This record gives sequence, C-alpha cells and structure tokens, in this order.
Amino acid sequence: MLKKILFTLTAVLMLVSIYLIFSGYSPIPVSVKEAAGEPNNFKIFYFHLPIAISAYLAFAIVFVASILYLRGKKQKWDIVALSSAEVGVILAALTLASGSIWARSAWGEYWVTWDVRLNTSLVLFLLYLSYLMVRQAVDEPEKRARLSAVFGIVGFLGVPLSYMSVRLWTRATLHPVAELNYSTMSPLLITLILNFTAFFLLAFSLILLKIDNEKLKEDINEIKRVKNI
Amino acid sequence: MKFIEIARKDLKAEFRTKQMLNSMMIFALLVIVIFSFAFGNEASIFVQGINKKVVDLLAPGMLWIAFTFAGMLGLSRSFSGEKEEGCLEGLKLCPVDRSDIYTGKVISNAVLMFLMEITTIPIFVMLFSYDIKNIPGLMLVVILGTFGFIFVGTLLSALTVNTRTRELLLPVILFPVLIPVILSAVTATGIMLGSGELSDAAGELQVLAVYDVIFFVVAQLVFEYTIED
Repeated sequence: MLKKILFTLTAVLMLVSIYLIFSGYSPIPVSVKEAAGEPNNFKIFYFHLPIAISAYLAFAIVFVASILYLRGKKQKWDIVALSSAEVGVILAALTLASGSIWARSAWGEYWVTWDVRLNTSLVLFLLYLSYLMVRQAVDEPEKRARLSAVFGIVGFLGVPLSYMSVRLWTRATLHPVAELNYSTMSPLLITLILNFTAFFLLAFSLILLKIDNEKLKEDINEIKRVKNI
Repeated sequence: MKFIEIARKDLKAEFRTKQMLNSMMIFALLVIVIFSFAFGNEASIFVQGINKKVVDLLAPGMLWIAFTFAGMLGLSRSFSGEKEEGCLEGLKLCPVDRSDIYTGKVISNAVLMFLMEITTIPIFVMLFSYDIKNIPGLMLVVILGTFGFIFVGTLLSALTVNTRTRELLLPVILFPVLIPVILSAVTATGIMLGSGELSDAAGELQVLAVYDVIFFVVAQLVFEYTIED
C-alpha cells in the first residue's frame, strides 16, 4: 500500500515538474541567455542537475549498504547495494547524456576534455560499471556479496580523490557556479526543488522495485531448489 | 613485524626463478621501445605557438603507461600464484593477523615494482636522450605513485583471485579506482621532467600522499574479507 502511494506520488510529481519546465513558468536566467546559443537549452538544467545528484545519492547508498553488509553479513544489504548500483549507473549514464546534449548546444561541443565535473562524472560512471563487472564475475551468492561490498567501499572512497586530482589536472571548469538571488529566482527554485523531489522519488522507487525483483528471484531459486527442478 | 617474513617468503620464491621480475622488466622495456619507434626523439609540433618536442609532451604519460602495465603483470600473479597447491590456505593458517598478509604482499610487490622502475627510467633516458631536471623530485613522485598503485592493486588482486575471470577482471576494476593516482603522478612527473620545481607539484603530491594514506588504512581494514571463505 505504502509503495503504491509512493509510486503514484512519483508519477504525479514527475508530470507536474515536466509541465512546469515547459510551461513558460520556469525562467531562463539572464546570464545564461547572454552566454551562448539557444537560450531555451537552459531548460535541460532542470533535468540534468537532479539526475546527477540522484546518481551520487544512489552511489552513497551502495557505500553504506556495503559497510552494513560486511558488518552483519545480512543478505538484504547486498540486495540494496546491487539495486542502487544499477539504478545509479543508469542515472550516471543519463547525466553524461543530458550533459553532452546541453554542452553541444551551449558550448558547441559534446565533450570538453578538460572540464572537471565532466571527467569526475565519467570516472564515477566507470567505477560503478566495474562494480557491476565484479558482481558478474562471481557465481556463489555469499562470495559475490562479500567481494562486491569490498569494491563498493574502495570505489566510493576514490570519488572525492578523483575530483581533487581532476581539478588539479585541468584547473578549470565551464560549469557555472550557482549564484542565486533568492528574491528574483524563486520560480526557478520552485521548479528545481520540485524536480529534485521528483527525481529522488524516482530513484527511490526504482531501487525499491529492483529490490522486490531480486527478492522474487531469491524465492524462485528457493522453490526450484526444494522441488528439485 | 611478521609481515616482513611473508614478504621475504614471496621474494625468495620470486628470486629463485625471477620469472615475474624478468617479464615485468622486459615488458616495460618493450613499451618504451615501441613509443620510441612511434614518436622518435626528433619529432616536434607547435603547441600554443611554441615549438615543442613530442617526447617532452608525452614522456610522463609514456613512463606511467609502462609502469602501470608492467606492474599489472606482477599484481595479477601476486595472488593467483598462491591459489596453486592450496598456498593461500597455508597462508591463512599462519599465526599472523590477516592484515599482516596484506602488508607483506604490498612489500614484495613494491620491491618488484621499484626494481622494474629503476631499470626502466635509465633506458628511457637513453633512448630519448632525455634530461631529467629534478631527479630526487622524480623519485619522490615515483615512490608515492607506486605505493598508491600497489596499495589498491594488492587489495583488488586478492579480490579478483576468487572470481571466475581472475586476471581479466583486475585491470578493468583497478584502473577506475587508480585514476587519481595516475592523473596526479603523470602531472607531477611532467613538472619534475620539465621545470623541476618541487613547489609547482605541491597539489599533486598532496593528492598522492592522501590517497596512499587513505587506501593503506582502508585496505588493512577490508583485506580480510577478500580472502575469507
């Protein structure tokens, strides 16, 4: 029941926030208008930022779930880690895709090799792809959970260091630093906050669905074992 | 101090045949030779209006490609050798802390890496008739970078030895985690070869040092989970 409410809420919020983005209610900041190209390209910002932050959140869940798994060896934490890693990888891929589309429109290139955040997002994406690779390479469930938990911890600790090293390497970013004037920006903030809520809920719902999926898989395996199929 | 004994056992077995060391050294040599064929030491291009020799631009990356790829050979054998004849079980039965096994392996791997690097750098200097501006500084960078590589590499080598694809998986999961090390080491090496000012590379050296400390401590903590069964 609770899940149904959550899913409905996610769907409604998604629709409302998409409507808000394209209805003309959401402003396009003047500075960006002056910056480059088609000013409407700013609208992708309302997707791009929440997706990126949701991906970080999903990876943080992997980290916490990995630690909890190693502490108590409870299978449910392994399932949580797997589910959020998969959702996180998809969100990270979407971040890269939406970022590239925006970059093409605003900066004229899909990929700016020396931008800090671009590279950090790419590293993050690669890290969790290899996390899924580790999972794929082990057959025994207990061992798979243990080894991937170790990698989940090690990988997440590398993220801030990657950010630091990429920043030293390039010393530049094209990403705007937010300077919000709260009085004039309130429509922007409302749309942004709504989008944040919608995407957090979406990530959360997807993780929950994936967890259910995995539990179902466990049950089927159990039944197969008992009935000797 | 029991980890010294484990390192000594590894090095003793290694120096009986010198299999690993020889293939690491020859591989690193081959990488440098291939680069010397590909780029020569006379070719030059214009970068921002200044005529620069190609080798000056590529030298740091070239060195670290040779180091990391040759090091990868050693790492992937570091634990898979123990799989034979149940050596890993014997090692686990030793009356030592699990983290001592890790430290011992780190020392033996690091010794092999350093031997390989000490022979590679002079060959590189010779083939490209290259002048290194700041030799002590370069040594510092190489030592810090190598330890970062070995700390994470040894842990992940122990992790992959239990998986189906073993040697195949190690580079795939190791490089994303290593990005901070490689990026900072390459930049710092470039500074040491070029201007030779240690203070120019302060940021990179900090990242390397922080990386080394964090991953040494974390690897000590999680290592036991990678080899338990």
